Amino acid sequence: MAQLKPGEVSLGTTIMAVQFEGGVVVGADSRTTTGTYIANRVTDKLTKVHDRIYCCRSGSAADTQAVADIVAYHLELYTAQHGKEPTVKVAASLFQQLCYENKNRLSAGIIIAGWDKVEGSSVYEIPLGGSIHKQPFALGGSGSVFIYGYCDKNFQLNMSKEECIEFVKNSVSLAMTRDGSSGGVIRLAVITEDNVERLLVTGDKLPEQYLG
Amino acid sequence: MTSIGTGYDLSVSTYSPDGRVFQVEYAQKAVDNSGTAIGLRVKDGVVLAVEKIKHSRLLVPHSNRRILTAGKHIGIASAGWMSDTRHLVKRVREEARHYTDTYKVKPPANIVAERLGMYVQAYTLYSSVRPFGVSTLLACMDAKEPQLYMIEPSGHYVGYRGCAVGKGKQVAKTEIEKLDLENMTVREAAKEAARIIYSAHDDTKDKLFELELSWVCEESNGLHVHVPQDVYDQSVQFAERSLDEDDDDNEMEDDEDL
Repeated sequence: MAQLKPGEVSLGTTIMAVQFEGGVVVGADSRTTTGTYIANRVTDKLTKVHDRIYCCRSGSAADTQAVADIVAYHLELYTAQHGKEPTVKVAASLFQQLCYENKNRLSAGIIIAGWDKVEGSSVYEIPLGGSIHKQPFALGGSGSVFIYGYCDKNFQLNMSKEECIEFVKNSVSLAMTRDGSSGGVIRLAVITEDNVERLLVTGDKLPEQYLG
Repeated sequence: MTSIGTGYDLSVSTYSPDGRVFQVEYAQKAVDNSGTAIGLRVKDGVVLAVEKIKHSRLLVPHSNRRILTAGKHIGIASAGWMSDTRHLVKRVREEARHYTDTYKVKPPANIVAERLGMYVQAYTLYSSVRPFGVSTLLACMDAKEPQLYMIEPSGHYVGYRGCAVGKGKQVAKTEIEKLDLENMTVREAAKEAARIIYSAHDDTKDKLFELELSWVCEESNGLHVHVPQDVYDQSVQFAERSLDEDDDDNEMEDDEDL
């Protein structure tokens, strides 16, 4: 597994995605670091690879951008060749092929989430080794370790869209408080059949927490 | 309708003055001289049937299959050179496998047809190879939707509700056009396919033949398989009975003329 090289930009990160009936909510923090310097404090780690398919990027910023670009290219080609939209499963499979075949050269932990006509909403997680896991919700990045307990306790199947948004907001916010590599603002995207709604939660609007 | 190429037909990389590539047309002739194959796309699946002309009584029944499977959900029947068919089926299997490896789902019918069409077309470009002497019928189940494609030696491919290739294609096509394919089930289609093959078969030209019948449908769980023995037997009986009835009808007419 490739370690980040000295000077390489890291998406320290907390990322997560939650599935609900009719769509998915993806969320991330906005901090990119080179060592201790925060290179970008308002990063957008939620990257569109297709109209209704987004990926959340963690690990090396360069690696994840490159992989996401390649997958976006392939999905565009897929649409032209097949005459129909790719499914989230297809997108996740493409990510997996790239991440697994190049596992020694990449440092990328990716969550793929979206909506398609065949399955409806889906969430897939591809951690460092290049394995693929389909899950109702997924956590990733360095900050995720601090919120596993919170998420396991508070997640329920069949939550509504609003409940999912609150769940993601609260979880990412807790992780950002404890993880030095995560911080800034919370970016959210709500992906449904009809559209993609982008939301921003700035520092002053973060959910209530005990901060001393 | 035969025409002599006279000089423009020596190589597949040569056009004739009236814009034809004769080698591809000659490949089509190879198809037209082979045993009939038909495909019927109906409500809940696709049925393929082939008139397997046997050149010896010593051949083991149901051996030397003319209908082949690729990727489990794709059925391929053909008219023309069987050896060329095997080569194309090998290619389809590789394409289907590669697709599934990349995308982790089964390839849809239009993609398989396109890949095969492009492959066949490539062999019409170079004088160092000859075009494939087969017309391929591709039967496929996309989720719940049945699909049928025919790929010609030129590489041209079209989707069909029902199509026929080979010696008896004219007779077969006429019969197929009479059927209400949209509202049929595969069981009914299997019987009709058998009947059409039997009626398209010309007893004067080749005495021995065997019917080969396969389907891909909901009943087979989206897999392409040769029909179960009971369906096969029923279809053959139905076909033979229809032939007898036709013969009886013909005899009656002769008597009335007197």
